[in-house]
Amino acid sequence: MITIKKYLKAESLEQAYELNQKKNNRIIAGMLWVKMGSNTIQTAIDLSDVVSASVSEHPDAFIIGAMTSLRTLETHKGLHEYTQGAMKESLRHIVGVQFRNMATVGGSIHGRYGFSDVLTMFLAMDSYVELYKEGIIPLEEYANRKRSKDIIINIIVKKEDLRMAYLSQRNTQTDFPTLACAVSFGKKGKRVVIGARPQKAMIIEAEESALEIPESQKDKLADVLSGQVEAQVITGSNMRASAEYRRHLARVLTRRACLQILEGGAEKSC
Amino acid sequence: MLVKMWINGEAIRDHIDPDMLLLDFVRRHGCASVKRGCETSNCGLCTVMLEGKPILSCSMLAARAEGMHVMTLEGIQEEAREFGSFMAGQGADQCGFCNPGFIMNVLAMIRELTDPTEEEIKEYLEGNLCRCSGFVSQLRSIMEYLKYKKGEQDGSGK
Ligand SMILES: Cc1cc2nc3c(=O)[nH]c(=O)nc-3n(C[C@H](O)[C@H](O)[C@H](O)COP(=O)(O)OP(=O)(O)OC[C@H]3O[C@@H](n4cnc5c(N)ncnc54)[C@H](O)[C@@H]3O)c2cc1C
Ligand code: FES
Ligand code: FES
Repeated sequence: MITIKKYLKAESLEQAYELNQKKNNRIIAGMLWVKMGSNTIQTAIDLSDVVSASVSEHPDAFIIGAMTSLRTLETHKGLHEYTQGAMKESLRHIVGVQFRNMATVGGSIHGRYGFSDVLTMFLAMDSYVELYKEGIIPLEEYANRKRSKDIIINIIVKKEDLRMAYLSQRNTQTDFPTLACAVSFGKKGKRVVIGARPQKAMIIEAEESALEIPESQKDKLADVLSGQVEAQVITGSNMRASAEYRRHLARVLTRRACLQILEGGAEKSC
Repeated sequence: MLVKMWINGEAIRDHIDPDMLLLDFVRRHGCASVKRGCETSNCGLCTVMLEGKPILSCSMLAARAEGMHVMTLEGIQEEAREFGSFMAGQGADQCGFCNPGFIMNVLAMIRELTDPTEEEIKEYLEGNLCRCSGFVSQLRSIMEYLKYKKGEQDGSGK
């Protein structure tokens, strides 16, 4: 149970930022994670009027307001096409439609949750976090930092010639993932992101031996890349699965995602 | 603090505590169909429509709904009764505890998706748990209702 003493709709980002510096104040986005805690919030800061809740597509990037709901991301046609259905696949198992109408991308990225499908998905693209005070920084850098009191305004995804696929394994449909896997082939090379290890998502870049294999040799490429992931991924055990099982899953899901990309993607309507 | 919102088309103004949940607010204003189940955003029982979209009222502050339109089962009784008869006809109505949230989300789905496939229906309703029906009879009732809405059956397939 959380107790909230005061609720304030911020009128400017500066006001929200100043309030957020105080220890007992807290930004409230979808509130779904905040609500799971039990503490007293002096002032709950609502960003609805000062941070965008929509996606704008530009020739070179998607700019996604931090208050955008996961459902908006899931049903966005441009993101769906750009990711060949991977965006929807990464989100569609998160609890339910009602939940995804509320949970925001800003709250998800700020949280850097170990189980996060959202972080796993965005790390596989050329993604950046736009912070109110600090400006634009790569998502990878943001994810590896300690939590700060700055405000996420936008998530920026720079467009490139990208092919990608997303797969997750869950013990039951809407549970946290046992393992999440996003594979992307872009201009900088081939990247695999493994989330829900159960620790925070980690990036594994394909090594030379995988990059040398022509894409026409689909099985060989999928075998070598998934072998590299199995060798490098760091997994742990918890109530959902053991570290060994997760390592095995990382290889299987990487291989499948890789083949999905090489066979032309799994685009379904959004 | 003072909030204003519309519940089932009626303008409401009320003084609330800042941490009052939307669930408690709508119940205070006569919408007893909205139930508290898990209160951890997992069961879908507390589903209401906010500006036409289904959300979980157990996980949203009433203050967040300021100036918005909230719809509960009380506001769409005729439609709910119509679909409810298909649930009864298919044996999907057992203890009935999950019904209000389930019906709200089915009616939200029908507003959002045109001609959903079985897979799309299952996906849309993943967040509504039912401990009795095993979901199969619920799915049947939706399929029959959709056929009825398209004029492919006269309602006798309830
Ligand atoms: C029961 C449950 C199941 C879940 N299952 C999954 C799952 O399977 N996969 C998955 O990927 N995720 C899952 N999640 C996480 C969920 O998708 C969201 O990531 C999470 O709820 C946070 O989003 P929110 O909008 O609710 O943020 P909130 O709960 O409102 O905020 C979370 C944190 O972020 C801060 N914050 C919010 N917005 C900003 C901003 N713009 N700038 C700076 N700080 C900010 C808040 O102060 C708070 O500390 C689950 C969550 C719950 C509660
Ligand atoms: S009571 Fe709201 S989801 Fe269960
Ligand atoms: S009918 Fe009993 S919980 Fe659904």
